[in-house]
Amino acid sequence: MTASTPKIRIRDLHRSFGPKRVLAGLDLDLEVGESLVVIGGSGSGKSVLTKCILGLLPIDGGRIEIDGESMVNIRVEERERINRKIGMLFQGAALFDSLPVWENVSFGLLAQKKVNRKEAREVAVGKLAQVGLGTDVADLYPAELSGGMQKRVALARAIAGDPEIIFFDEPTTGLDPIMADVINDLIIKITREVGATALSITHDMASARKIADRIAMLYEGRIIWTGPTAEIDRSGNDHVDQFIHGRAEGPIKMAMRA
Amino acid sequence: MGFVQTIGRLALTFLRTTGRLGLFTASAFAHCVRPPFYWRIILKQMIDIGYFSLPVVGLTAIFAGMVLALQSYTGFARFSAEGAIANVVVVSLTRELGPVLAGLMVAGRIGASLAAEIGTMRVTEQIDALTTLSTNPMSYLVAPRLIAGLLMFPPLVLVADIIGVFGGYLVAVYKLGFNASNYLQSTWDFLEASDVYSGLVKAAVFGVIVTLMGCYHGYHSRGGAQGVGAATTNAVVSACILILAFDYVLTEMFFTR
Repeated sequence: MTASTPKIRIRDLHRSFGPKRVLAGLDLDLEVGESLVVIGGSGSGKSVLTKCILGLLPIDGGRIEIDGESMVNIRVEERERINRKIGMLFQGAALFDSLPVWENVSFGLLAQKKVNRKEAREVAVGKLAQVGLGTDVADLYPAELSGGMQKRVALARAIAGDPEIIFFDEPTTGLDPIMADVINDLIIKITREVGATALSITHDMASARKIADRIAMLYEGRIIWTGPTAEIDRSGNDHVDQFIHGRAEGPIKMAMRA
Repeated sequence: MGFVQTIGRLALTFLRTTGRLGLFTASAFAHCVRPPFYWRIILKQMIDIGYFSLPVVGLTAIFAGMVLALQSYTGFARFSAEGAIANVVVVSLTRELGPVLAGLMVAGRIGASLAAEIGTMRVTEQIDALTTLSTNPMSYLVAPRLIAGLLMFPPLVLVADIIGVFGGYLVAVYKLGFNASNYLQSTWDFLEASDVYSGLVKAAVFGVIVTLMGCYHGYHSRGGAQGVGAATTNAVVSACILILAFDYVLTEMFFTR
């Protein structure tokens, strides 16, 4: 990897579901240490984009590279090695119901046999403290936690392996405004502490403005605008203006039926 | 034209499902013999499939044995062959009813539970989370359950055989007035090792079928609660049909040479 190699490079990415083209030649670069937020309407392909990068969905065409290494058509072992650099916060937290909180947090470490169970618990308690949760939470099960606490636990799990890249899928969806702001603050604090590169997807503009160094807008399968967060109000793009102001009238026509 | 299209669509769906199930099965077996092995999960599943299925399998077996004794008696009495009850009960149970009834009951209990559990994990992105944590879902979710099913069904069926024979003994001795020691002696004399072995081989195959169907349908479930419900139904129905189909195939293999 050279100094100019982006952390994530995506070129001409295509992905369709039947006749519906969700990603249609998407290009995107993410620099080391940068926090990029991809915004776009519901069903615009934001989640599909992250799933393609993570290898959870196969792509129809194009290139995805992490640290200059191709993520397309690689062996499972190679994919697992690269995934160890990555942490992911899922929209619905995606905590494992059958495991207590501490095992959820240190799941990746235990699975990779990096630590024994005693050490894993200590790491989990430390990570929980980083997201503002006490030791008393460690032995609870996910079903015993509120939505906000589940998000925090999921955040602790995402950073447990000290990842180089963290993906945030709709991090504030389903949370009240105060808890959403708490999660935003945690995302900023934690990505700085870990020194990670962050790729977030959201349609919550308050969250995007707060956590992003740079914002990119996804529309009809392509990035139609990208720029520093401070410039989004002066983007000069009608689609971006309509989206950030939440106007029903404008060039973006929402599908009223599937 | 519409009729031909429907036939074609059904044929394509059948081929696609068969291919997907074949690949899933091959991958599942490959992960059973390839590290990493999740011993804690295997042990937990063995307890769940084996130990916690004992009450339902035991109750099924004892009533099956009792009914079998009673039916055999009333049937055989027509040509004065009541003495063969012990033989009929033990052979029917070890060869057929033990493995098949246990398989069907556990398909309802474990197949449904596996499909619901893994299906919920699928629709709540927990399986995606496993992948992002560098854990292969086939190794972590499917292989331990398959191994547990393969290992725990034979002992479960052995217990069902014993309980079923005991059920027949209760009816024969306490209701029909048979001599207890003669009944047991007759059971023991007539029983051959191949009767028991064939039943246990069937049990192992049924164990794989039940766990595989539960995992397969759960793993491929889509669309929230409705999808998980459909996966659960499909897991139980397909496991039951496959158990009966494989029962015939295995019986043909064991007893028609």
